[in-house]
Amino acid sequence: MENNIVLHMKGICKVFPGVRALQNVEFKLRKGEIHALMGENGAGKSTLIKTLTGVHILDAGEIFMDGKSIINHSPQQAQENGISTVYQEITLCPNLSVAENLFIGREPRKAGFIDWKTMNKNASELLESLDIHVPPTQELDDCSIAVQQMIAIARAVDMQCKVLILDEPTSSLDDDEVEKLFALMTKLKAQGVGIIFVTHFLEQVYAVCDRITVLRNGELVGEYTTEELPRYQLVAKMMGKDFDDLADIKSAHDNVKKPKGLPVIEAKGISHKGTIREFDLTIEKGEVIGLTGLLGSGRSELVRSLYGADHADTGTLKVNGEEVKINAPIDAMKCGMAYLPEDRKRDGIIADLSVRENIIIALQAKRGMFKPMSRKEMEDAADKYIEMLQIKTASRETPIKSLSGGNQQKCIIGRWLLTNPDFLILDEPTRGIDIGTKTEIQKLVLNLADEGMSVVFISSEIEEMLRTCSRMAVLRDGKKVGELTGDDLTQDKIMQTIAGGKDNG
Amino acid sequence: MADKKKFDFRRIKQHHLFLPIICLIVVLLSNLIKTPDFFSISIRDGVLYGYIIDVINRASELVILAVGMTLVTAASGGQDISVGAVMAVAAAVCCQILSGGQTSVDVMQSPLIIAVIAAVLAAALCGAFNGFLVSHLNIQPMVATLILYTAGRGIAQLITQGQITYIRDNAYSMWGSALPNLIFPLPVYFAIVVVVIVSIILKKSALGLYIESVGINANASRLIGLNARRIKFITYVICGVLAGIAGFVASSRIYSADANNIGLNLEMDAILAVALGGNILSGGKFSIAGSVIGAYTIQALTTTLYAMSVSSDQLPVYKAIVVVIIVTMQSPVFQKYVNKIKLNRAMAKEKQRRGNAV
Repeated sequence: MENNIVLHMKGICKVFPGVRALQNVEFKLRKGEIHALMGENGAGKSTLIKTLTGVHILDAGEIFMDGKSIINHSPQQAQENGISTVYQEITLCPNLSVAENLFIGREPRKAGFIDWKTMNKNASELLESLDIHVPPTQELDDCSIAVQQMIAIARAVDMQCKVLILDEPTSSLDDDEVEKLFALMTKLKAQGVGIIFVTHFLEQVYAVCDRITVLRNGELVGEYTTEELPRYQLVAKMMGKDFDDLADIKSAHDNVKKPKGLPVIEAKGISHKGTIREFDLTIEKGEVIGLTGLLGSGRSELVRSLYGADHADTGTLKVNGEEVKINAPIDAMKCGMAYLPEDRKRDGIIADLSVRENIIIALQAKRGMFKPMSRKEMEDAADKYIEMLQIKTASRETPIKSLSGGNQQKCIIGRWLLTNPDFLILDEPTRGIDIGTKTEIQKLVLNLADEGMSVVFISSEIEEMLRTCSRMAVLRDGKKVGELTGDDLTQDKIMQTIAGGKDNG
Repeated sequence: MADKKKFDFRRIKQHHLFLPIICLIVVLLSNLIKTPDFFSISIRDGVLYGYIIDVINRASELVILAVGMTLVTAASGGQDISVGAVMAVAAAVCCQILSGGQTSVDVMQSPLIIAVIAAVLAAALCGAFNGFLVSHLNIQPMVATLILYTAGRGIAQLITQGQITYIRDNAYSMWGSALPNLIFPLPVYFAIVVVVIVSIILKKSALGLYIESVGINANASRLIGLNARRIKFITYVICGVLAGIAGFVASSRIYSADANNIGLNLEMDAILAVALGGNILSGGKFSIAGSVIGAYTIQALTTTLYAMSVSSDQLPVYKAIVVVIIVTMQSPVFQKYVNKIKLNRAMAKEKQRRGNAV
């Protein structure tokens, strides 16, 4: 059984400046199996793949192919060793024919010239053998994304690969196309190719995979066969269910009576093509609602479509009972919304500007270009939030980029509190932040809710959400699948809802 | 006492205008080698004359362009290379209206104010065209403005029907020369007024902050409610308007519209001025004052090279050398390299110190 192993990665370590991306990870791939590599964002999936394909050089550990130790310094070398990768984005040439794409760089030649006839013949044989029905002379651009994906796979397979890595191949495919892709994968599996399948979609894992390896925080959680690991447990393993004691900061706040009135947010049938399917959501005044689900389940996309960061394609939105039209974030801000984005560096901070400018800029944008804030007003506002949120900075004129992640995050929170919102969206406000600051932010959220602000709270850590949220909406695969309140707000119940399906372990 | 002095000097050194001012001073002082009377100034009819005044006067168009270029650079992280050609378009429009269609006139055929407004509007239109390509179609600024860079002078030729239009009227040419008792030649005042007005706009509105924010992080700017596209667009329109004003000044100096020569190669000088002023060419934080100093530095450099009897054909070579040096100094790779050397030195010193201690 064990000599079936085609690929064995042993004791893999990879350190990036300041981050231990992989720590002593082991991964085994057997001949003719489809092996899912699972983990939340930052778990180390892509780093592991990249050390395997030679994009990153590993700091420690060994890789064995068929029992022989190999080192890949580049993707080309990996390919020579029989490891091929197909990425989420197609990396073929769209203006060449199918056959050209299949044989580019290794065209059959006759007297120095490309032998088109042989090439097209070989191509059609190859496609036939894999049940891909497309004429080899067709231009790649005219094929559907799924077919393009399959051609990329066919190309990889024809290069004598023993290990095929599929990095989220299904994220841009519809259900039919996914079916076709799975058929192809099953066929390759029968031919003895070992397939590593990286995906966020649970359904798909259970549809095709034989084994599952779970990573968390750069460490191996374990390797399981699909049968022995029900969905519910898989979710638990990915999220890490080693509960610290629920520091019960919430119960103190439960006593505060929330006045009933018009809901702050009433969304009906809002959707954004390709990211979030139609959903309804009602948020009361002074309520903290959590959005949970695995990465890619659409929790960020849901709030983005509310806030106008992504323009909603369908549906209506009522704010405080009045229907509003939101075309851009500024419209949402004028309705009293505020949005702390998930990716602080890309969407949050304005790196070269000072702490003061970063704090006041949203209010300034809301007021408009011709009503500039006076220097004094800016300084007072900045000082107020530096003190209130205990932002550690040399001065208010320090560039925000020289602050630590947690303090940057506090600046962004200060930025939004300054606009005095009724409805605050916090997308992963505590990611990459030390424990102390995390607790501060959680307490702050509860205090704000007591003062009547409505908050949407998104986090990958369920226990954190349990501490702060009074209601949770659960998302799966771009769809809102349930809401939980009161006694249903338990880890188990949430995980079951996230996992879905019948096999709730 | 000594410590405090050192500390103060360090603070001066860290000021963002420190290097630009040093550059300007170095270039100016280097003139003393060949031209000992470089700084001497004489007064005739209440107007100042001298080498230094000449530098200030001739730099006027460049200063005006540099201000616009600074805003464009800050907001879009790219440069508008069409400004020289847009100057020619504005000059052509202005002179064609003044001449009433003739090739050469001795008296203006239309009111000057109308011609100037038309010229500036034409330039603003060019700016809007560039702005649309950059902000709405997401075309690289260099590529987008390449269109008018190549086509602009052709358009100017079309407007003047392939002729050089002369306006031999003192009421026109006076704008490009010195008037009695006004101390400086008139173009200098144009430059001052432009710098002052733009500075006031930036100070009295939040535009400056918006431009920096969009230039540093367009994604984040959009999410805090800024219309990144509109802000980029506005900077290109402002840049166009300023190019129009510069075109008018350049044209009144030679009381004609010479489509092939007005503002020739001036776009490169304007970009260089922005860079010399310590502004990062990939956008973000900016300093108008820096660019203005940069513009005067370049004009001083040009005058210096002429004074050292470098022929005008070879001039670009020397300017290119300066550009190479500046761009290298700004590049992250170079800065990393310098930091590494510094670090190694510090470590070697530390080692030595420890060695001595033991």
